[in-house]
Amino acid sequence: MLNNKLKLNNKMFSQDIEQIPIRQGFGEGLVIAGDNDKNVVGLCADLSDSTKMNLFAEKYPERFIQIGVAEQNLATVASGMAAMGKIPFISSYAMFNPGRNWEQIRTTICYNDMPVKIVGSHAGVSVGPDGGTHQAIEDIAIMRVLPNMIVLSPCDAIEAKKATIVAAKINKPVYLRLAREKTPVITTEETPFEIGKARIFFVPPMQAQVAIMATGALVYNAIIAAQRFAEKGISVKVLNISSIRPLDFEAIIDLAKEAGAVVSVEEHQVVGGLGSAIAEVLAQNYPTPMELIGIHNKFGQSGTPAELIEHYHMGISYIEKAVEKVMERKSQG
Amino acid sequence: MHQLTDKKMIWLEQKANEIRQSIIEMLVEAKSGHTAGPLGMADIFTALYFHILKHDPTNPMWEDRDRLILSNGHICPVLYAAMAHSGYFKLEELKTLRKFGSRLQGHPHREFLPFVETSSGPLGLGLSQAVGMCLADKMDNDKYSGKQFYCLMSDGELQEGNIWEGIMLATKEKLQNLTVIIDRNNIQISGYTEDIMPLEPLKQKWQAFNWQVQSIDGHNFQEIVGAVGEAQAVFDKPSVIIANTIPGKGVSFMERKYEWHGKPPNKEEGEKALNELRNINVK
Repeated sequence: MLNNKLKLNNKMFSQDIEQIPIRQGFGEGLVIAGDNDKNVVGLCADLSDSTKMNLFAEKYPERFIQIGVAEQNLATVASGMAAMGKIPFISSYAMFNPGRNWEQIRTTICYNDMPVKIVGSHAGVSVGPDGGTHQAIEDIAIMRVLPNMIVLSPCDAIEAKKATIVAAKINKPVYLRLAREKTPVITTEETPFEIGKARIFFVPPMQAQVAIMATGALVYNAIIAAQRFAEKGISVKVLNISSIRPLDFEAIIDLAKEAGAVVSVEEHQVVGGLGSAIAEVLAQNYPTPMELIGIHNKFGQSGTPAELIEHYHMGISYIEKAVEKVMERKSQG
Repeated sequence: MHQLTDKKMIWLEQKANEIRQSIIEMLVEAKSGHTAGPLGMADIFTALYFHILKHDPTNPMWEDRDRLILSNGHICPVLYAAMAHSGYFKLEELKTLRKFGSRLQGHPHREFLPFVETSSGPLGLGLSQAVGMCLADKMDNDKYSGKQFYCLMSDGELQEGNIWEGIMLATKEKLQNLTVIIDRNNIQISGYTEDIMPLEPLKQKWQAFNWQVQSIDGHNFQEIVGAVGEAQAVFDKPSVIIANTIPGKGVSFMERKYEWHGKPPNKEEGEKALNELRNINVK
């Protein structure tokens, strides 16, 4: 049922599927981006090990700048470097970059259209024990609202690596959203990745009855939920949306037309995130019943990632319930 | 940078007076905008655009130009006037300030006017951008690049925390090609800086961050040019010039009055101001 054309991980449904933190993919991707272009520079706010920028810093110490705990400076200094032809990647926890330095990003990066790459690691509640202060669940909203900004939310470490390499090549501001925890690797090196393109990862052979549109680490949960429905003879397709801006309108509308019911899945506030973005597209093009999986008007708290994903109703069983509910709404017409 | 002769100094004084007149004319036409700051910084902008800066108005994007980063974007009437007088665009365009479709936005926007090094207006952001530019240049050219980086700031915006983050990084990275000029006019929109949020002892604060610090009369061309020369002679350290200026300089009823920080002259006030400026006895 996995989309064979996309060369996804064939161990998807096995217990021993490989798990790697998404941020690891960024760290490896940045080294490759640095190999490709000498103008790539790395700036970090005292968290280079956590964000995995240390890999770049070790290979290219002369192109790495330690800014200290000063995220506002991180963004503004990067803007100045970009004005001189550099391609700066700036990294910290998503809560502080772009959380703390939003206005600096708006004025000095987006308003100037500077190709600075904002890397927010530790996004979502699955940061875990650190608690709510460190769990960025608003970052997609505040980044996708900015003109000129591209917003990428990779589903695993391999996609994060590709997103990083592509981000370096595009002459625009980019926000790259990363998660801290080990995440099942669902793509392979051969899986295509393109900014502005969403792809159907899970395709039962029949016409879809419900479409799940997911982003980030929860794409895995969405696929497992869809697989369970497939076993019951219900056709649920899963669209991976790693490019939240630009958004693949065509893929979203086409799949909504086919399924007639949509569930969005994201580890983010449902206000302003992927679910909202999909609703904006569908409301204007093809109004479709929708259920939104994500965080509903709450802050995070301490716990294990698994506990928190369940507590905030983003686990597999909740995705299944949302699918059933939206199917019911569809049948009521 | 050439030495400043007496003849050139008289010429600069005349030019600064013309720029002040343009500022008044623009603001009367725009019916909104800031008056005191631009008039107070007219001498420094004149010194920069007509004596200090390595730049070419016929080739604004010249790679090896010095960079002038205006942090307090609200004083842009003086930036636009200095640019127009030095030939970046025609003087008539100054009358479009703040109007729909104008390249001369109320606060500078690089998308509209690519000759400005950055967009600005929200306070406290310019210094770090200048630090980033200087740092990128140093990375490419080692510390002896021929380019100089000038960041022009207000005193009030030193209340923004981002500035002090930039100050620390410039010291750490030994950015000797960076010169900051602070418009120390003692006013901000709601009153005097020392009443709103005291900045003194300002000199000692910058010294404590290990910058080279000079304090000058911001209306004296010898001092302006001399201080910039001094700043460039410093090794392995960034420099700051605290330029003591008179807000509203050149127009008697505007001088030193914070009420003129954020409003334009009306037509009558504009005429009165222009008359005063035309009759200033330039030596």
